[in-house]
Amino acid sequence: MACKFISNEDTNKWLEALAKDHVVFVPVEDGGSVTFRPFAEGRKPVLDRMPVRSPKEAVFPQTETLLTYKYEKDPENPERTAVSIKETLPRERAVVFGARPCGTRGMSVFDKVFDNDRIRDPYYATRRENTLYITLACDKVESTCFCHEVGSGPADTTCSDVLLTPVQGGFAAEAVTERGGKMLEASFFADGGDKCAEAEAVKKATREMLGEAHDYSDAPEKLMAAFDDDEFWEEQAAGCINCGACTYLCPTCYCFNITDEPTGTTGKRVRTWDTCMSFQYTLEGSGHNPRTVKASRLKNRVNHKFAYIPDTYDKHIGCCGCGRCIKSCPASVDIRAIVKAAQARSVKKESK
Amino acid sequence: MKANPVLPDMATVMEVVEETSNIKTFRVRFDDEDVMNKFTFEPGQVGQLSVFGSGESTFVINSSPTRMDYLQFSVMLVGEVTERIHQLKAGDSVGVRAPLGNAFPTEEMKGQDVTFIGGGIGMAPLRTLLVYMLDNRDDYGKITLLYGARSPQDLSYQEDIAEWIGRDDIDVVLTVDNPDEEWGKNPHEKVGLIPNVLKEINPDNSGYAVTCGPPIMIKFTLMALNELGFKDDKIITTLEKRMKCGVGLCGRCNIGDKYVCVDGPVFKYSELQELPNEL
Repeated sequence: MACKFISNEDTNKWLEALAKDHVVFVPVEDGGSVTFRPFAEGRKPVLDRMPVRSPKEAVFPQTETLLTYKYEKDPENPERTAVSIKETLPRERAVVFGARPCGTRGMSVFDKVFDNDRIRDPYYATRRENTLYITLACDKVESTCFCHEVGSGPADTTCSDVLLTPVQGGFAAEAVTERGGKMLEASFFADGGDKCAEAEAVKKATREMLGEAHDYSDAPEKLMAAFDDDEFWEEQAAGCINCGACTYLCPTCYCFNITDEPTGTTGKRVRTWDTCMSFQYTLEGSGHNPRTVKASRLKNRVNHKFAYIPDTYDKHIGCCGCGRCIKSCPASVDIRAIVKAAQARSVKKESK
Repeated sequence: MKANPVLPDMATVMEVVEETSNIKTFRVRFDDEDVMNKFTFEPGQVGQLSVFGSGESTFVINSSPTRMDYLQFSVMLVGEVTERIHQLKAGDSVGVRAPLGNAFPTEEMKGQDVTFIGGGIGMAPLRTLLVYMLDNRDDYGKITLLYGARSPQDLSYQEDIAEWIGRDDIDVVLTVDNPDEEWGKNPHEKVGLIPNVLKEINPDNSGYAVTCGPPIMIKFTLMALNELGFKDDKIITTLEKRMKCGVGLCGRCNIGDKYVCVDGPVFKYSELQELPNEL
């Protein structure tokens, strides 16, 4: 990978230039938290910490219109009401700037689920195709970080087009994809020179801060072995208040609801982020609910990330290790601890 | 799979049949003749009906692919969307996304006896397979239908039943919990719970058994079939879950790493036993 350099000052100019023909999502301060919002002049990107919200909303908006509909009376036959519907595919071109490697890696789960040999979701696939990811490697770590344990790392380039690494006075920039390479042809970039070696040192130092990686590779079978251990799951879920913050902030959580929003004789069908932590999520019309207790809902969230996705998609862990669900949980539920407990539980059982 | 899997095709209700006090059957045709002519499905596959403004719900296509004049869906009134569907009249527009999900193993079942055990609205997925087999009668062995409901008035598909009773290539037994004065005059009219009547009928256990109904009925019917000696991989049922997208994306109908909308709704009993215990 060829390495270039862009100064802090030029980075802002670059964003301004990109914003001319893209919606550029940058992390900004918003009511005490850091969230991705379209870049505008005077809006200062916050690049010194991990954004609270994940970058998924650029390609998987919290609310997205799938179609619009219109009821029309047939003038020839007033008894009859016809409906016409219109597909509403997204068109905008976007850039996500300043997501961390874990958040960007979250898209790898979306890619597998929404665009594969069996199915292509045109809303997601269109946005994904029209969105460039300029990701920022980490130069420090937090106690909730565990990217290195789920197949990622503080300079992971998965799903990124460009990887920036913070160095003295600016960023070292590497193209990951061909379209990322095109971006680095902009006049704001200088030859990397000794900034490249500096960037490599930053990456290495950050990785070292994370320390040894716990091995989750037997988690799928150990979690499934614990499936019917209600006591285990009740203990793990004891603190959970079903708020769903973990799922909304998660870069890999993709579950959604579809609802109609009528306004008189017209309206739209929208999909919105949903959460498997909610009782209503699986509530059936008959009143039957396969997940009536919070323990079974937490189990689904953990198993989806660490068993179902790896079992379906060639051992790819469905968690990117960003730690958002841990950091933002009002009850300190820690997904790492739960999976580790499931792994240890089996060891305990086997040694009996 | 279509270019946009969540975009319905527009269709028109041709006819509405009032089956029971809370079940209506809707016969629909796609508005685009080309879509209608090219449409294919297999018995057991489901579709999503859309009433715009209220939403979508999943129902089995209970007509048979051998009769493509229309697609038929039977809808029990249980919630907001089904309430709106029940208001539909002939000539009204409805959105349809179909076919979705897997199907009954009609090839594998060829040459074998088939026992159908349906309870209440659970008769709908059986109807599609039963009509299909009757239209390909020579391909299958002895066919037996046991269909139960709370009362005689709760039995759907009265017209079909009358026709089936008149045929000599299918055995029909009906059972209800609450008979009226008329009930029981014919030998095929029984009183009692489906699993008990099933044991009374004692069908040959070498063939297939296909069952659908309320969860509690399925549970005891599976036990009865087991007792009668049916093999686990020859007992077939269809599952229901709350669904939204119907195409394996939205996440909610999973049982472990399987999605009922894609990997189901048809499952063999032997397959159910492999799934985590979360029905």
